[in-house]
Amino acid sequence: MTPLELATADGARIAPSNASSAFDIQGMTVSYGQKPAVFSVDMSVPKGSMTAIIGPNGAGKSTLLKAALGIVTPLAGSVRVFGAPLDAGRAKIAYVPQRASVDWDFPTRVLDVVLMGLYRELGLLRRVRKGHIADAMDCLKRVGMEDFADRQIGQLSGGQQQRVFLARALAQKAELYLLDEPFAGVDAATEAAIIDVLKSLKDAGKTVIAVHHDLSTVPEYFDRVFLINTTKVAEGPVGTTFTEANLQTAYGGRLAGDQFGNAAIGG
Amino acid sequence: MLWQALGLGLGYNATLVTLGATLLGIAAGVTGTFLFLRKRALVSDAVSHATLPGVALAFVIMVLLGGDGRSLLGLMLGSAVSACIGLLCISALTGRTRLSEDAAIGAVLSVFFGFGIVMLTVIQGMSAGRQAGLESFLLGSTAGMLFSDAVTIAAGGALVLAGVVALRRPLSILAFDPGYAAATGMNVARLDLAIMGLVMAITVVGLKIVGLILIVALLIIPPVAARFWSEKVTGVLWIAGLIGGLGGYIGAALSATAPALPTGPVIVLTLFAMFALSMLLAPARGVLAAVIRHLRFQKQVHLRQGLLALAQGQPIYEKLTLRLLERAGLARADGVATEDGKARAAKALRDEHRWQMARSREDFALAATYYDGLTEIETVLTGDQIAELDRLIGAPKGVPA
Repeated sequence: MTPLELATADGARIAPSNASSAFDIQGMTVSYGQKPAVFSVDMSVPKGSMTAIIGPNGAGKSTLLKAALGIVTPLAGSVRVFGAPLDAGRAKIAYVPQRASVDWDFPTRVLDVVLMGLYRELGLLRRVRKGHIADAMDCLKRVGMEDFADRQIGQLSGGQQQRVFLARALAQKAELYLLDEPFAGVDAATEAAIIDVLKSLKDAGKTVIAVHHDLSTVPEYFDRVFLINTTKVAEGPVGTTFTEANLQTAYGGRLAGDQFGNAAIGG
Repeated sequence: MLWQALGLGLGYNATLVTLGATLLGIAAGVTGTFLFLRKRALVSDAVSHATLPGVALAFVIMVLLGGDGRSLLGLMLGSAVSACIGLLCISALTGRTRLSEDAAIGAVLSVFFGFGIVMLTVIQGMSAGRQAGLESFLLGSTAGMLFSDAVTIAAGGALVLAGVVALRRPLSILAFDPGYAAATGMNVARLDLAIMGLVMAITVVGLKIVGLILIVALLIIPPVAARFWSEKVTGVLWIAGLIGGLGGYIGAALSATAPALPTGPVIVLTLFAMFALSMLLAPARGVLAAVIRHLRFQKQVHLRQGLLALAQGQPIYEKLTLRLLERAGLARADGVATEDGKARAAKALRDEHRWQMARSREDFALAATYYDGLTEIETVLTGDQIAELDRLIGAPKGVPA
């Protein structure tokens, strides 16, 4: 099934009434200027799974996530979260943006960043109580950052910044976690800590979707893959979908052959 | 005279102006904080310049309606409308063309201001209305400020302040991480518009006292100065309000001491003085603190390197190192270690070996991340752990004399 066959003239499509689906994207097309960055992409992620979004640089991995969350406005496409429209399902989503997307010299402490995760609960005016702070500290503990609660965020290393972002997402007590390159430029200890947290989320029945760039760790970290290069290349369980043929299609000649052999199933 | 002014003892008008300027300063400082944190300080400059055509048009309309065209409320309304149009022009230019925001700001600012000046010149030639003094909106004019003007300014400032305080939570999240804010379901465009709306309100309220050219200083200098003192959004917010209020108060009082001193510019200069003091003296982020920190760090590095050189019997060529060692009583002027220096050098070398061992072992991986060549190993590892490292290294090595 090629993605082009999925596109219809008017873009109208009937969402699959899949009750066990956590996150559905239908016909997502995003364009910066005239050239589509993401073209007519469908995605269907079952509840309780861990999915890696992979593809070459500039393939639209991050853009797909951002468009699905309404951070950038798509040209076309719809999103359903646990069967409900996006805005009804927002409370169930926690998003972890790319670490480099913010200015870390912002005047705020680690704990304050985590407390941002409670915004939906706190609203405009409700006061931050001891219970909220205890919740936030708990999330910091889960990523091993409880000793840094009072630190100014500018003093953190890259890996520590990433953990704080993850703690903020945990504070939202979401059902669906969308992470944009959570392992980019972090130290080995942080990578291990993050994957531990993500696996514990999965064990608790949560759904995890992460943009990922390191092909060698895909089978170890994730149970599903989603390959994209502007259009969708393939989606499914790692065992059947993370194949040399699919990687070849997604990456073209941009990876050396032996890298496929190391990473892909049956390579 | 100054003390009299600061004690609000210089008469009715001066007191009115001083209180108005204080309130305006507080509200502008607090509002400007989010503008500064969102890195959109320059937009306020465009907004303020875009008020001028509105002031002129409002005057014309009020004259045509039979008034004398000098109602402050009417002029404020007019300026708000044209500031809005200016804002919309900027967002249309950045949203629908490939122009960057700074180019759009430059275009809107100059065109609106130019149009406003033309309108003012035309009005000067009109026979109807009391057009004299309209140009005082450029740089502000507090002579002849009425009680009702002061009430308008105070009420407007208080409303804006309440708006900012109510929105501080979403605005903080937006300023720090717009992508996350959008993903949480906040309407980013509307929040940005809210910031701009509040900034516009401050501009309009401040026209009478500081004028449209200098209002940007009241919005931006207080948060920039406050940032030197605080590492928290709420801290920056309140300190910016304090600095803005103090600047307004002291500046207005100063200008009241001499009849020829213009209020707006004196307030701006007062704010600048507070900015300069903050930049120099703030404890964590100030320039002096940074210089002192750098010198102290440099000394630490030189001492440590000097000790390691002494321990390994290497000659020390760097004069600063030698001087620091000598001053600390660790070496003589000719570079020979004193008794004290020998002991310290041996310890430095031993700790260096311990660190190297810790960094090569996986079970010390976490501690090893603290290694920077300067951190004392005792502050990171327990006595038992250090003993374990020593065991791994083997017998202590002798130090060459």
